[in-house]
Formats: sequence, structure tokens, C-alpha cells
Amino acid sequence: MARKKRSFRYIGLIYVLPWILGLLIFQLYPFIASFYYSLTDYNMVNAPKFIGLDNYKRIFMNDPGFTQALKVTSIYVVLAVPVKLAFALFVAVVLSAKLRAINLFRTIYYLPSILGGSVAISVLWRFLFMKEGVVNSLLANVGIPSIDWLGNPDIALYTLGLLSVWQFGSSMVLFLAGIQQIPSDLYEAGSIDGASKTRMFFKITVPLLTPIVLFNLVMQMVNAFQEFTGAFVITNGGPMKSTYLYALKLYEEAFTFFKMGYASALSWVLFAIIMVVTGIIFKTSNRWVYYEDGGKTK
Amino acid sequence: MTHASSNKWLSYALLILLGFVMIYPLLWLFVSSFKTNQDIFGSSKLFADTYVWNSYSLGWAGTGQYGFQHFFVNTLKLVLPTVVLTIVSSVIVAYGFSRFTFPLRTFLFSIMMATLMLPDATVMIPRYILFNKLGWLDTYLPFIVPSAFATSAFFIYMLIQFFRGLPRELDESATIDGCNSFMVLIRVLLPLCKPALFSVGIFQFIWTWNDFFNSIIYISSVKKFTVSLGLRLSLDASSAVSWNQVLAMSVVSVVPCIVLFFLAQKYFVEGISTTGLKG
Repeated sequence: MARKKRSFRYIGLIYVLPWILGLLIFQLYPFIASFYYSLTDYNMVNAPKFIGLDNYKRIFMNDPGFTQALKVTSIYVVLAVPVKLAFALFVAVVLSAKLRAINLFRTIYYLPSILGGSVAISVLWRFLFMKEGVVNSLLANVGIPSIDWLGNPDIALYTLGLLSVWQFGSSMVLFLAGIQQIPSDLYEAGSIDGASKTRMFFKITVPLLTPIVLFNLVMQMVNAFQEFTGAFVITNGGPMKSTYLYALKLYEEAFTFFKMGYASALSWVLFAIIMVVTGIIFKTSNRWVYYEDGGKTK
Repeated sequence: MTHASSNKWLSYALLILLGFVMIYPLLWLFVSSFKTNQDIFGSSKLFADTYVWNSYSLGWAGTGQYGFQHFFVNTLKLVLPTVVLTIVSSVIVAYGFSRFTFPLRTFLFSIMMATLMLPDATVMIPRYILFNKLGWLDTYLPFIVPSAFATSAFFIYMLIQFFRGLPRELDESATIDGCNSFMVLIRVLLPLCKPALFSVGIFQFIWTWNDFFNSIIYISSVKKFTVSLGLRLSLDASSAVSWNQVLAMSVVSVVPCIVLFFLAQKYFVEGISTTGLKG
């Protein structure tokens, strides 16, 4: 019996073993190796040559491409993520009403997120927003002069951001699930006190959803920092590098020029940025995230 | 009461209007795949004056050496093993995490949750170098092999959440009946977690099907191109002559995902609301 009990202690570990191996081979090893490569000059033909912090020095002091990519990506993240989340929250509130055909609406709103990162959707965006594309034709009907959505360096990035906002579905579904957890007596109490809908939204719905806001914010931010397909297929970074997102820069260095060391250093800078931003979000979160148990289980 | 019902109509109006904006691009894509170039550009009408019916057959045949049928078969060769292995490995690992206590369990669980936030960009280059050394470049192994090792924390977490909702008494009574732990998983729990297995499978199918970044870095010969790569190839190749063919192939390339989505949309929304990350 005692022996059986002991062997039992490790059974769980055996089930988890595939993941542990996967973690070591496909995540932990690459993670460490990436840092090592970032200190080398490596083109995949010759052996990696250790050059210390030279890659990082070049990134910060002598690479206009990096500066541009960082600038463009920051704007993209700061604009696309909050707009997407605000939109997702708004639609989730409307969709939480007890209406007929509600499932059909949920499906329609979720569909763009499903097709999200596919090349087909990027192709579609390119056609819609071409100078003589359908969006401009629609605007012409209401008398708005045509806009060069993808050709104007001041606008192209926002056109890509719109693609990201259009895919608000998965954040929306999470908000929706959260809203359905909110006990209805809170709203009843609110309406007895004579609170308006708007007031109840800001005093009941939003505070109770803040844990989901936090989760959505972090995940969408991590994804937005690495956005690639849209910028690559629709604008290829242009015009005038106005949509030269960080992932494009990384891709170019690694898989066009095969500067694996330099690209690794770029990936570590991105990692550090994402960690710092995530850290700030989590640090400030106890000021704006509401936990029903007062934050004890966090 | 009248206030409430006017609110209701307002909600409907809003939902329909917004729903139309959401779906319009997809409708446009579908309708325009039958249009002529003149109607694709410079016209705001959803429906055209003249329709062409051969854009699908011509697009499907392709212009180069390989047609879209070839890219479709390739994509299935890549996606199906990836999906199956993802389901199997994720279920086994999720079972281990949710039903057993073992040394370092909490620690390993936190590591797994942390990998949710690990940016792919950081591990992508050494992985590429590793696969190069293994001679796996220009094969589908970089997609298939990692999926056998439950490398997606998202799916494990989703399944753990699901397992937690199943009563442990089931396991216990099966154990008393003489089942070992693996049989408990296969005979008792698996039939109950079909919905979760479906959502894992469908998510993985759609993500892998649509994946562009990994396809473009790992697959280099046109013979092995996936649908994503084939589509981009046709976008580059088309010399402004037959845009309807490009649109037609865009439609075709998303059809499997849309069909799957509608067949299983119940699981989808369930799956994403238990964890709901990407996208």
C-alpha cells in the first residue's frame, strides 16, 4: 500500500511530461539560446561569433530602422488596443440584453476575429482601402473626397489599426461572459436608487469587469506588439516605412538578411519592452482592478 | 414599459447597423469575386452590372505550375496532424494538472501560465536555427512535432478549466471499479469533455490554417506551399488583369474556416469564454 501510494505521487508528473519536454525543447531552450545569439554575429553559414553587446549598441545608437519600427509599433499598440477593447466592451453590453436572434449577432460579430490573421483578409483590406476601392466610393456617395488610405504615410497605420479593431470579437466574448456573471440584483438595487443606465454602467458594470479588462489588455497588447501579416501583405511596411511594424523589422533582419544575432537582439529588446509594459499594467492594476474578495486571491 | 421596449428597438437598430458594418467587407469579398475589374474598382455598389462566372475555376487552376488544389492538399497535410496531436497532448497534460497532485505542481502550473505571455518573437529565431540543424526546414515538421508536446498553454488551460467542472466522484467510482488512471481518462472523462475537445480542435484548425508567419519562414518551395502562401503568390503574380480570381481564391481559402465556425459556433463561444485569448 505504501509503495503504491508513493508511485501514485508521480503519476501526475508522467501525464504532464510531454508538456515539460515541450517547454524545455521548444520554449526554454530557444529562450536562452536567443539571448546567447543576441550577443553574437551569426548568419547561419559561419559559426556564431561572440561580439558582446555590439548588437544592442547598434540597435540603440545606429539603426534608424529600429527607431522607426519602435515608433510605429508604439502608436499602433497605444491606439489599436484601447479602441478595440472599448468597442468590444460597448458591443458586449448591447449584446448582453435579452433580445431575439442574439446568437446570430454574436456569431456575426465574432466572425471577423476567426478569419483575423489570414492572408485572405489582408487581401480584402487591400482592395477595400485602395485609392479607387470601395470605401472611397462609399464615401464619395456622401460627398467625402477620396482618401489615400494605404498610400498616405500619415494615414496608412490607422487603416491597419482599423483591421485590428474590426476583430474585436474574442475580447467581446470575454466581456460578455463577464457581464453574465454580474448578479442582476445589483442592477435592481441601482434602479431602485434611481441610477441612470449610464451611471450603472460606470458604477456597476465597468468596475466588476476590470479583471477581464486587465486580462484582455495584456493579451491584446502582447499580440499587437507582434502584429505581422496585415502590415506585410497590405502595405509591406510602406509608404515611407509608416507601417514598418516591429515584427516586419525582425522578419527582415532574420529571414531576408539572415542576421540571426542581430535579429535575436531585436527580439530581446521587444521582449524587454513587453515585460516592462506588462509590469506597469500589473503594478498599476491594483489601483483600478476591482476584486470581489478585496484582492486576496490575486 | 414603453421605455423598455423603445430601448429594445434602439438596441436592435444598433445591432443591425453595426452587424452590417461588420459583415459588409466579407459580403463584398464574396460578391466581388464574380465582378469584372471595372466593377471591383471605382464602384460603391455591392452588386455589379455584369457578372463573370469563371473566376473560381481559373483561379483554382492557378497561373503557375501548381494550382490551388495542390495548396489545399498541402495545408491539410500540415493542419490535420497538428490538430490531432494538439488535442491528444493537451488533454493528457490537462488531465495531469487537474486531477493529480505531484511535486512542483504549483510551480509548473505557474510556469505554464507564464508561457501564455511569452512573446513568440523571442523564441522564433533559435527555433528556426534548431529546425534548420535538424533538417526540418521546408517540411511540415516544425508545425507538427511541437504540437505533440502540448506547446500551447492556451489549450491546456482551456481543458484544465473544463476538467475542473467535472465531478471527481466519477473518477473515484471508476477507480473502485478497477480502472487505472489512464482508463479513467479514456473511458470516463473523454466522452464528457467532447465539447472542450471540439473547441481545441477547431481553434487549432483555424489558427494553423490561417497561419502565415510560420508558413512563410519554414516553407520555401512552391511545391510545399500552403493556402496562405499560395494566396500571397497569386497576389504578387497577378499583373492587374484578373483581380476577381485573387478575390475568388481568398473566398475559397476562408471557406473551410467559416463552415467549421458555423457548424461549431456553440463550442467556439464556450471555449473562448472560459479562457479566450488570441485574436
